[in-house]
Amino acid sequence: MSTSQIEFHRVSFRYSDDQPWVLDDVSFTINKDEWVAIIGHNGSGKSTMAKLMNGLLMPDKGDIIVDGIKVTQKSIWEVRQKVGMVFQNPDNQFVGTTVRDDVAFGLENRGIKREQMLRRIEESLKAVRMSDYLLHEPHRLSGGQKQRVAIAGVLAIAPDVMILDEATSMLDPKGRKEILHTINEVKQLNKLNLITITHDLNEIIATDRVIVMNRGQVWLETTPRELFSDEQKLLEIGLDVPFVAKLANQLKDLAIEIKPQPLNQKELLDALWTLYFNK
Amino acid sequence: MDIVFQQVSYIYQPNSPFEHQALKNLSFSIASGSFVAIVGHTGSGKSTLIQHLNGLLRPTVGELRIGEYQLKANEKLANIKALRRQVGVVFQYPEHQLFEETVEKDIAFGPKNFGIASADIERRIPQVMKAVNLPLDLLKRSPFELSGGQMRRVAIAGVLALEPTLLVLDEPTAGLDPKGQLEIMDMFAALHKQKGLTTVLVTHNMEDALKYADHVIILENGTKYLEGKPEDIFIEKEKLESVQLDLPEEIQFLQTFQQRFGLSIPYRGQSITELAHEIKQRLEGMNQNE
Repeated sequence: MSTSQIEFHRVSFRYSDDQPWVLDDVSFTINKDEWVAIIGHNGSGKSTMAKLMNGLLMPDKGDIIVDGIKVTQKSIWEVRQKVGMVFQNPDNQFVGTTVRDDVAFGLENRGIKREQMLRRIEESLKAVRMSDYLLHEPHRLSGGQKQRVAIAGVLAIAPDVMILDEATSMLDPKGRKEILHTINEVKQLNKLNLITITHDLNEIIATDRVIVMNRGQVWLETTPRELFSDEQKLLEIGLDVPFVAKLANQLKDLAIEIKPQPLNQKELLDALWTLYFNK
Repeated sequence: MDIVFQQVSYIYQPNSPFEHQALKNLSFSIASGSFVAIVGHTGSGKSTLIQHLNGLLRPTVGELRIGEYQLKANEKLANIKALRRQVGVVFQYPEHQLFEETVEKDIAFGPKNFGIASADIERRIPQVMKAVNLPLDLLKRSPFELSGGQMRRVAIAGVLALEPTLLVLDEPTAGLDPKGQLEIMDMFAALHKQKGLTTVLVTHNMEDALKYADHVIILENGTKYLEGKPEDIFIEKEKLESVQLDLPEEIQFLQTFQQRFGLSIPYRGQSITELAHEIKQRLEGMNQNE
């Protein structure tokens, strides 16, 4: 069995013939069980990559392989069984009139038996801590709750890969926290590939690996820690590092040797403690 | 423009099963020339509040004054158009409101509607394009061919073309990448200064409120919860947390730093570079005293 889950082989894509290439000769591999962040400025092509991964769009050049299957018009239903997606706008992804119906929708489409369906709805809503909202109307929920229901809808079809395409960008800070917490829990409890697409670098801290896109090309593949020490380079391509990374980089410029590059406040404070009081 | 709210309440769909009170007995005043941040979690009444600022909504109870305009319950403002000409509102995702064939026509649409002379509009267009940092050769292009960040700038240019004296910004950076966010906020800060505007910023972003505003109003449940200077408001950890708001990151860090090392570094608007120097100095000083 191969260890790769998603492969892009020299993929190029544009929305029409007279438009510039959105993706230009893009190749990378995402391994099974990996949590990968794809980041980039507005218009860097990151959301297009997500839509190519489950056949919402088809590449103009190159091949996309999902779990050994080449993505084509013929294989898209098989591919979508494996790749679930949570979109940006919480209001655009509801079809059901209750939370339960909404989660059931994807299961009904796949012809899953009733008993199994009920069990999966229960389990997936429990995983996002929305069991108490079974009969609520989705449009009356908060933004964070809506996105949690959307995540439950994806979990219910038990995909191998869940793509979060800027799933927190329209939420308030509370909703954003809810979703990050939910995603961390889901990742711990399920064997699942997670792909987070974002331009908020606070959201990549827990990921295993980061693919940085710039103007339709893979600009860098790295880890969050490595990335946070490249502050200047990130600014040049329209991104920015979190406050903690900035402060750590400034302290390093003052010859304070903070190692390793801290991912959060605690790591920075620990590093300072070791340097000054634990010599 | 001075803004004065006097015991304003607003009720959506009164006397119906959907009745909902969005503002409750809200009073505050904003001096002309201030840069005010209005902060509160979703549902705290922020959007309802800003819709009062240009008379889209009128108070159900109470009254407010915007410059020389008085808005009262059950009393229509006769010269509402004059008010709206002076109050520019940049709504959330303003690029969704673009509709014209070219950038130029879209920017001209607002001023034209307010009866501003064509010659004046023609003079203003290059000015506002410069203000939002867009090259003039985009004027003949369709706004829908532009990138998301550029579309937002075109929409903002359309508001600025009215030459408002009060600028109301509802989450103006939502959805933009970090560079776009910084550019847009720096642009508003520069405009605020140059034009002597009164600016009202509605935001979830505590860091922006701390960085740009000189006054902060925190809303909770449709009423005023806290009000004051950002550096005084944003150190109230418990009070903010009890209404589900976070401290700005820099202040959060300085508070944890104090707990850990017993060294107090008050936040006075220092840059990150200045903070790093101060942290180094204090830690080394402490080390020598041991």
